[in-house]
Amino acid sequence: MFQKIVVPVDLAHEAALQKALQVAVGMAKAHSAELCYVGVASATPGAVARTPEEYKDKLEKFAESQSASHGVQASSHAIMTHDPTTDLNKALEQAIADLKADLVVMATHVPNISDYIWAGHGAHVAAHSTASVLLVRD
Amino acid sequence: MTDQTPETSDGIPSPDGAAHIIETEYEIGQDNVEGSVGPLGFDIHNPVFAISGLAIVAFVFYTLALPEQAGSIFSWLFSTVTKGFDWFFLGAANIFVIFCLFLIVTPFGNVRLGGTEAEPDYSYIGWFAMLFAAGMGIGLMFYGVSEPLSHFASSMGGTAAEDGVRTDWAPLGAAGGDEAAAVRLGMAATIFHWGLHPWAIYAVVALALALFSYNKGLPLTIRSAFYPIFGDAVWGWVGHVIDILAVFATLFGLATSLGFGATQANAGLNELFGIAVSSTTEVILISAITAIALVSVMRGLDGGVKVLSEINMGLAFLLLIFVLLVGPTVFLLSLFWDSLLAYLQFLPALSNPVGREDVNFMQGWTSFYWAWWISWSPFVGMFIARVSRGRTVREFITCVLLIPSLVCVLWMSVFGGTAMFQVISDGYTAAQEADLPVKLFKMLDVMPLAGITSLVGIVLVIVFFVTSSDSGSLVIDTITAGGKVDAPVPQRAFWCIFEGAVAIVLLLSAGGLQSLQSMVISTGLPFTVVLLVMCYAILRGLMSERKNT
Repeated sequence: MFQKIVVPVDLAHEAALQKALQVAVGMAKAHSAELCYVGVASATPGAVARTPEEYKDKLEKFAESQSASHGVQASSHAIMTHDPTTDLNKALEQAIADLKADLVVMATHVPNISDYIWAGHGAHVAAHSTASVLLVRD
Repeated sequence: MTDQTPETSDGIPSPDGAAHIIETEYEIGQDNVEGSVGPLGFDIHNPVFAISGLAIVAFVFYTLALPEQAGSIFSWLFSTVTKGFDWFFLGAANIFVIFCLFLIVTPFGNVRLGGTEAEPDYSYIGWFAMLFAAGMGIGLMFYGVSEPLSHFASSMGGTAAEDGVRTDWAPLGAAGGDEAAAVRLGMAATIFHWGLHPWAIYAVVALALALFSYNKGLPLTIRSAFYPIFGDAVWGWVGHVIDILAVFATLFGLATSLGFGATQANAGLNELFGIAVSSTTEVILISAITAIALVSVMRGLDGGVKVLSEINMGLAFLLLIFVLLVGPTVFLLSLFWDSLLAYLQFLPALSNPVGREDVNFMQGWTSFYWAWWISWSPFVGMFIARVSRGRTVREFITCVLLIPSLVCVLWMSVFGGTAMFQVISDGYTAAQEADLPVKLFKMLDVMPLAGITSLVGIVLVIVFFVTSSDSGSLVIDTITAGGKVDAPVPQRAFWCIFEGAVAIVLLLSAGGLQSLQSMVISTGLPFTVVLLVMCYAILRGLMSERKNT
């Protein structure tokens, strides 16, 4: 049913992703789909990487390790933005369209009062993406 | 400092193309504390965030609790710094200009910020708009008319002395009674304060931060430029102190400007629409400016700050063209060239740091301005660094130093020139006699479509405050997050609101704005030392970039 599954990942908070990563692998196996791990970062040195090249490299290695340990086909897609915190939603929307993904599996927090002021990234992607979106609560 | 070439590296790959990352054990964000207050997440540097915030609150409390003592201490500090160290400010600023020009003409100019293959993050238009919006736009609105008029008038007045000490405020030897000479000297003195020197100050800070961040892989905070001197100790207290001082100067600089700006905007609104001058109006203005800035920072660098900067740049350009065409066009165009030549002619004398006779001008104007620009430089420099990735050093200096200086010559010639023309040819002295905030509006008053242009003027003033406030909040947020640019959004919202709140509290206290502004300008002294060190760090950084390329 699904051919390409996009999984947005925040490499700085890998622990919080575990459940979503497992769900994504399960979906990929069930549908023989390809996984693509998407990461959004800034060209400014950050916690995950000090340069854009290093970030791409780390994301690629992350995809390779997921692929090797779970036996699924996986690739990576790194996006550099000027202001990652605020550009994240648009960057993800764009990546989902560019990669022609038909399913997005995304970790998201349980909604709280701050969602009345600004919606979580998962909620935004679900509301704006043409692909199916599976939000995995932590 | 150990350099690591991309070919031999199996650890950290280079930025886009060749560059020389500094090897350090330090991981960006390792000193940060992550968590949440209720539903709002945070990711802050320990201890920079807490100490900066508490120090700011403590200073506000002190100023409110003991206003007279605080006022006298800060004004003593201000006068000691600007008068006692005038030679130091003038000499250092000259070094910054010469240093920047040196970088343009040497092979260092070829080094690209972000590695040899990096592409510019922003187009020229967006880049220029943000350069002006952060650091100078608001000043141009207020001083474009006022400063040329002041120097023109004081030059016309000639010199006066008491016991062999000059008591007049005229630049250099004045131009007693000679109108044409007073115009030239007035323009040269004004451009001197808004041209190469301030932009060189910003350029040094911006270049140091951009180089050590984009090419060396260090966090985007002020302390990173000190790595060549302190090595890994820079991640300890030495670095904490530098960053805290930067946050402190930036927040108080913005808050006091916002407070004074509100009183000035109120005066403008009173002039135009008869809106009463009261602290209620001013509090509403600060709140409105903060609210717009809040929306802007929450929309982010591209969706908020850049958009507002471009709108304002467009509006300012239209106003400039309007005044140029509707005003005495031929006079203004010839004044532009004349001012440029006068600036170059008087530059050596005006920038001379020692043995000056025009002490009032040198200390009260030049030294004050240099301390002011330097105290703003951590903020403006860091913001410029944030938007300058992908440019070569030569392109960077040309666009941050030379072109903005030329734009300032044009702006001052058109606005100051029109006002002086009104005085000389029409005998219209309303702008000359008016208070600082309404000078621009008095000048526009006798030109066609005054209602519309004055409204544009008010909008420009308000939006320039917004663009300073939003870019300032981003800078403070990045420093207090240990150089991370992806800290949770509520954090930048916090700094934006905090700044507005400090401005309101100071505005409502008697003399609070004045005394804290004196204090913040005094921070120009330690930052001058910081900037001199940055020049050395830039050289070291560029030398290592050039070594294998």
